[in-house]
Amino acid sequence: MENGKLSKDPYNLIITGVGGQGNVLASRILGNMMVRQGCHVTIGETFGATQRGGSVMSNLRISEISAWSPQIPKGQADMIVALEPTEAIRLLGKYGHPEIKVLTNTRAIHSVGVIAGELKYPSLNEIKEPLQELTGEVWLVDATEEAMKLGNPILSNTIMLGALAGTGVIPMQRDHFKEVMSETMGQDRLEINLKAYDLGAELIKH
Amino acid sequence: MSVMLDGKEGMEYMVMGNEAIVRGALEAGLKVASGYPGTPSSEIIERLSDVAKDAGIYVEWSVNEKVAAEVAAAASFAQLRSLASMKQVGVNVASDFLLHLAITGTRGGMVLVTCEDPAAHSSSNEGDSRGYARMMEFPLLEPGDFQEAKDMTKWAFEFSEEIGNLVMVRSVTRLSHASGNVKFGPLPRTEAQAEYRFSGAFLDPVAGPMISTGFGHRIQQEKLKKVREIFEDSPFNTYQGPDEPELLIITCSVGNLYCKEAIKALGIEDRVGLLKMGTTWPLPPNLIKKYLLMTDEILIIEEILPFLEDNVKVLAAEMVQEIGAKKFYGKHAGQIPSFGELSADLVIQSLADLLDLGYETVAQEYTDKASAAAFARAPQRELTFCPGCPHRASFWAIHNALELDGRQGFVCGDIGCYSLAALPTGFSTAKTGHAMGSGAGVASGFAKLRQFGMDQPVLAVCGDSTFFHAAIPALVNAVHHQADFTLIVLDNSGTAMTGFQSHPGLNINAMKDEVPALDIPAICQAMGARVEVRDPFDLEETQKTLNELMEYTEGTKVLVLKQACALSPEKKRVKSYNMQINEENCIGQDCGCNRLCTRIFRCPGLIWDEVKKVARIDEVICAGCGVCADICPAGAIVREEA
Repeated sequence: MENGKLSKDPYNLIITGVGGQGNVLASRILGNMMVRQGCHVTIGETFGATQRGGSVMSNLRISEISAWSPQIPKGQADMIVALEPTEAIRLLGKYGHPEIKVLTNTRAIHSVGVIAGELKYPSLNEIKEPLQELTGEVWLVDATEEAMKLGNPILSNTIMLGALAGTGVIPMQRDHFKEVMSETMGQDRLEINLKAYDLGAELIKH
Repeated sequence: MSVMLDGKEGMEYMVMGNEAIVRGALEAGLKVASGYPGTPSSEIIERLSDVAKDAGIYVEWSVNEKVAAEVAAAASFAQLRSLASMKQVGVNVASDFLLHLAITGTRGGMVLVTCEDPAAHSSSNEGDSRGYARMMEFPLLEPGDFQEAKDMTKWAFEFSEEIGNLVMVRSVTRLSHASGNVKFGPLPRTEAQAEYRFSGAFLDPVAGPMISTGFGHRIQQEKLKKVREIFEDSPFNTYQGPDEPELLIITCSVGNLYCKEAIKALGIEDRVGLLKMGTTWPLPPNLIKKYLLMTDEILIIEEILPFLEDNVKVLAAEMVQEIGAKKFYGKHAGQIPSFGELSADLVIQSLADLLDLGYETVAQEYTDKASAAAFARAPQRELTFCPGCPHRASFWAIHNALELDGRQGFVCGDIGCYSLAALPTGFSTAKTGHAMGSGAGVASGFAKLRQFGMDQPVLAVCGDSTFFHAAIPALVNAVHHQADFTLIVLDNSGTAMTGFQSHPGLNINAMKDEVPALDIPAICQAMGARVEVRDPFDLEETQKTLNELMEYTEGTKVLVLKQACALSPEKKRVKSYNMQINEENCIGQDCGCNRLCTRIFRCPGLIWDEVKKVARIDEVICAGCGVCADICPAGAIVREEA
């Protein structure tokens, strides 16, 4: 789908996860890639409070025509990229509809309520079930496990970006990823991030 | 490379609202910037400090917002362009000086940027600072999108110079912390010579001394008159829609984006007019009249207080004979809530109700099913201290010391990450929480209630940055009045909550120069307080010290708990210890502790393994602080030097 057009305008994409996972950075990288693609991008996000361990989310509105507001209206997300699987489920009530697509990392991050034994964290099957029932298409990847194999769990959000490119839901170009990354980090970290991006794309193909 | 400085004229970049403001200031030839960190404003001074040396400007994190305003004002008095930035609560702190500044006026263009937090995403309140513009009588600008955030900021400096007064540019979270495309303009290369002129006549605005007096009010009124005239033709006030709309929407700030989206979503472009005001105080009367004449039904859409709404209504009342009676909808009539932030959904709903339109994007059945799935399968995530956070250890010791003391002692809290001490993550130890430094001030008040029979031990907490910002005067007051309480300074070596901005306790400033660090224990000692310093990771010593200090009743005591934040640059992703669970020793629910580590201590780096019935370390999350090893009564949590 390289150099392709958006399948819908605006294309509404949410990146969600838990504070500390690098959600904001991932949304900036994707946003900048899409600007290089010639799009108008608006990203709405909230951060700054002690959101460590809290749910965080970035709203991306990608358009070839004009700028949009920084919050996706109810029931109008086209794609959810979740760095933590239950966060994808959490958003479906507000943003979902039967055709929405979801790409999620399968690695659980237990909330303190779960750690304390007051709440229960679902099994992977209990996570898959509502995702499959309530969406048009679902991709599950164990990005954290793959990131640890590459030496650093924080690479999981780069793997997720690569996986997003692999799904083909929006036109993303590897060269744009390289350009954006090389402006924000040194050569040493760029190599490993490119590797993670490619690995993510591979995970979707298999 | 920084796009702020290297971004090319005529090119479009995706930047945050705060970065758009920064670029606008640089394009205006800003020379001095100051501020105090606070979400959602912090990136303004941060980005400026990144480029300070290359751009030849001076940037500082001031000790508090009042001082930030004073520092920026000095630059303006010396004919340089300057900016002070802060969040909404900071404007309250700065207001004391700003009221006087509005009277003396300014010389070099001076802009006050306030970034406010409707819905209080990361604030203790959702205060609306726009009232200050009206009360203090200086002009207010509110950008309606990212491009305007840049363009308006740039213009605000010229405008400030034109009228000789401070100009306020107000942003909100969904602009400051949202990103969009912005087309950059040229950066000037100007040499500036700072000179403060004071030898002219007493009230000479360009060559006299800058002294606030009651006489200045008349001059200020004349300036406001001029402002109104300038605003009549401002390109920042725009109208989109038919010449005779059924309904006129008047909005400002990000309300603009939500209104545009709502009009499009409902397909009512031919029925509704959208007047977006960029110059919201003072309102230009002729412009408002022109649009009020278009229709009799007006909906005003804005966040937090009905500021625009009230001001439009005053004008409408003044011109009622020319424009006739109008029907106003908005916050007072209940179409727009008077709290929380706006969204396209809220605006869509209001418009659909007013115009009697149906609107549903998703079948209710789907939404019900998805909401039920979220309830059942997505466990709530309550806020918690980070793994390795020194505050968790501090409050563990404080909580245990209070329990051991047994006299219903309590903690007066204030603003910072440690505000979470009011929640289970801080073992619910904080029992008051207001402004920066208020813990110390309120505690000193409680401590003077001994004569009325109050015998509960009183503790207060403040962070290191907060200590300098506002706790010092409260501590001076307490020591002088011999208030018997213990101030605990939670010194984690940075303004951690907002992203490690420098403060006077550190030996580095905003521009990364080496500077003298002020010693918190020595300052407290010099005031005459009894001072102790401990490492909060040493739980036993910390608790013991606290119990001793609570017993000691002769005056004010200070305990500095010093341990760097787990996210500080020196500690981030560096583990002191590799943690492990000795599964044989962990007897979980059968242990006398009934799994104290996960049930009560609740560090996210520890997980309870439901199957094996033992605690586990989450190696992705654990920061390796080693504190949990001291919690476990069975010695099952083992630390090993990393």
